[in-house]
Amino acid sequence: MLDVATDPGADQGRITGETLLDLRNITLRFGGVEAIKNISFDIREGEIRAIIGPNGAGKSSMLNVISGFYVPQEGEVWFNGSRRPPMKPYEVARQGIARTFQNIALFQGMTVLDNVMTGRLNAMNAGTMSQALWFGKARREEVENREKVERVIDILEIQHIRKVPVGRLPYGLKKRVELARALAAEPHLLLLDEPMAGMNVEEKEDMSRFILDVNDELGTTIALIEHDMGVVMDLSDRVVVMDYGRKIGDGSPDEVRNNQEVIDAYLGVSHD
Amino acid sequence: MIYREAGQYRTSYLDDGQTFPIRLDRWAHWLLIAVAVLVVPFIINDYWANAILLPFLIYAIAALGLNILTGYCGQVSLGTGGFMAVGAYACYKLMTSFPDISIAIHVVLAGLITAIVGILFGLPSLRIKGFYLAVATLAAQFFLVWLFNRVPWFYNYSASGQISAPERTIFGLPVTGPETSAAVTYLFCLAFVLASAWICRNLTRGALGRKWMAIRDMDIAAEIIGVNPLHAKLTAFGVSSFFVGIAGALFFSVYLGAVEVGEAFGINKSFLVLFMIIIGGLGSILGSFLGAAFMVLLPVFLKNVLTGGLGWPTDLAAHLEFMIVGGLIVFFLIVEPHGLAQLWRLLKEKLRLWPFPH
Repeated sequence: MLDVATDPGADQGRITGETLLDLRNITLRFGGVEAIKNISFDIREGEIRAIIGPNGAGKSSMLNVISGFYVPQEGEVWFNGSRRPPMKPYEVARQGIARTFQNIALFQGMTVLDNVMTGRLNAMNAGTMSQALWFGKARREEVENREKVERVIDILEIQHIRKVPVGRLPYGLKKRVELARALAAEPHLLLLDEPMAGMNVEEKEDMSRFILDVNDELGTTIALIEHDMGVVMDLSDRVVVMDYGRKIGDGSPDEVRNNQEVIDAYLGVSHD
Repeated sequence: MIYREAGQYRTSYLDDGQTFPIRLDRWAHWLLIAVAVLVVPFIINDYWANAILLPFLIYAIAALGLNILTGYCGQVSLGTGGFMAVGAYACYKLMTSFPDISIAIHVVLAGLITAIVGILFGLPSLRIKGFYLAVATLAAQFFLVWLFNRVPWFYNYSASGQISAPERTIFGLPVTGPETSAAVTYLFCLAFVLASAWICRNLTRGALGRKWMAIRDMDIAAEIIGVNPLHAKLTAFGVSSFFVGIAGALFFSVYLGAVEVGEAFGINKSFLVLFMIIIGGLGSILGSFLGAAFMVLLPVFLKNVLTGGLGWPTDLAAHLEFMIVGGLIVFFLIVEPHGLAQLWRLLKEKLRLWPFPH
């Protein structure tokens, strides 16, 4: 009999918590182009939810809707049990949604530590006076938040590059630093846009481990876009499949894998 | 071989974040301050004060201010001269309206008034970026100079249209007016420089500084992690203008004594301060000082060497100065965008390992 604890597929489709984010009938248009067509799905507390689909399917647009970059023309976003009014990206961030980008969006002129510390900016609210004199609250906050940041740095194993300017880092590490910055904000919901794009097998394994660790140890809910099917099937609890802006599949990795429409979208069908 | 950090352990996060992590640097900076405060006032004379030290100190404050805005927050401004004029005229109006209040307070208030004006002119930065913002600040420069020329209330209806600083004292010693001594004006400006540098360092190492740098490096990513661009840019404009205003107030009241706005605070000033931070180092406190020192010392040096030493005509020496400065701007922008401060940093990194190559 298989030992459940070591079986990689053991916790797939596990029962997770309440609905954290609920997208209802989202439609997003750019001029005449419908990037997202009437899509609904939910993300439950504590799960890893993958969004997959061929290029141009509207996955990144979906993430941009969630993080507030795009305001959909139709549909509702419900977060934490209440309907979210249209808001700016920085307001979404303050609600507890953090994300990484497909193309790394780190602050090139700053060190790794400063980059990760920017993730704590929402928790730091000492007045300008206190900061100018480096006295009282500003000083206290700096130390408190540094402690939180150091914990993230520990989890992601980037202690050795703490003081290095991010411009000098190789690609794989940059991706990891970006994840650290998002994690430092202690988000309820973490959005990862292709966290493993352009990585070799070893780096992918590392990154997968970090994502599982984060989900497991910090209890962070994760939504991720990824093209590597092996990774997606191993990591995620539930998968949404998109194609040409429509949702063509939704369910556990096994259900999705055997869905005829999904197979057609990925492998193509003959038109005869 | 002396310049080493081995054996210097940092045991708290506050220690780890200190300004000079290496002990020798820390000592050197205290020594420098001690010399500036305790030794220089006793050996200073009028030539040194007026030709070198006062302009250096005052421009250093202006450069610190512009560096906050341009170097740390990435918003290019060509309005520095105009904002210095705001500081100067605010200081003048305060000095003549409330003669009993200390000049030190007037200078700080002038800074605050300039901060408000700076925030107003910073509002367009939310919509426009880069080159277009630079042009908008250029408009501020010309508008402010025009305003101070055209509205007689600002120069108290004086016949010449100039403003001139009445005599004011600190602890009974005159710092403005005709009776000042080199040591007193020097110490007065030095106090403002030390306070400004300390405050700038504190602001840039904490949460606010990270907000500014995040906006500078990638504004979209900054917004996604929760930085409100409105808040970040306007605080940068405010803090920057505060220091630029203080520099303008000191430049007028302590250094020049009498000012005609177009001449003292024209577009040339804006460029001069911008060149200081480009040559000195964008996004560096030390760079502001190095840039100010360089731009103040270069003309003095050239004048002494070329005109005094080699007997060249004055105009030829002056033209050569333009060429050298122009060449250096191009050189630094291409070869070392982080300026003299970065060269200094590289030198120290090498020195830490010396005599080993790596």
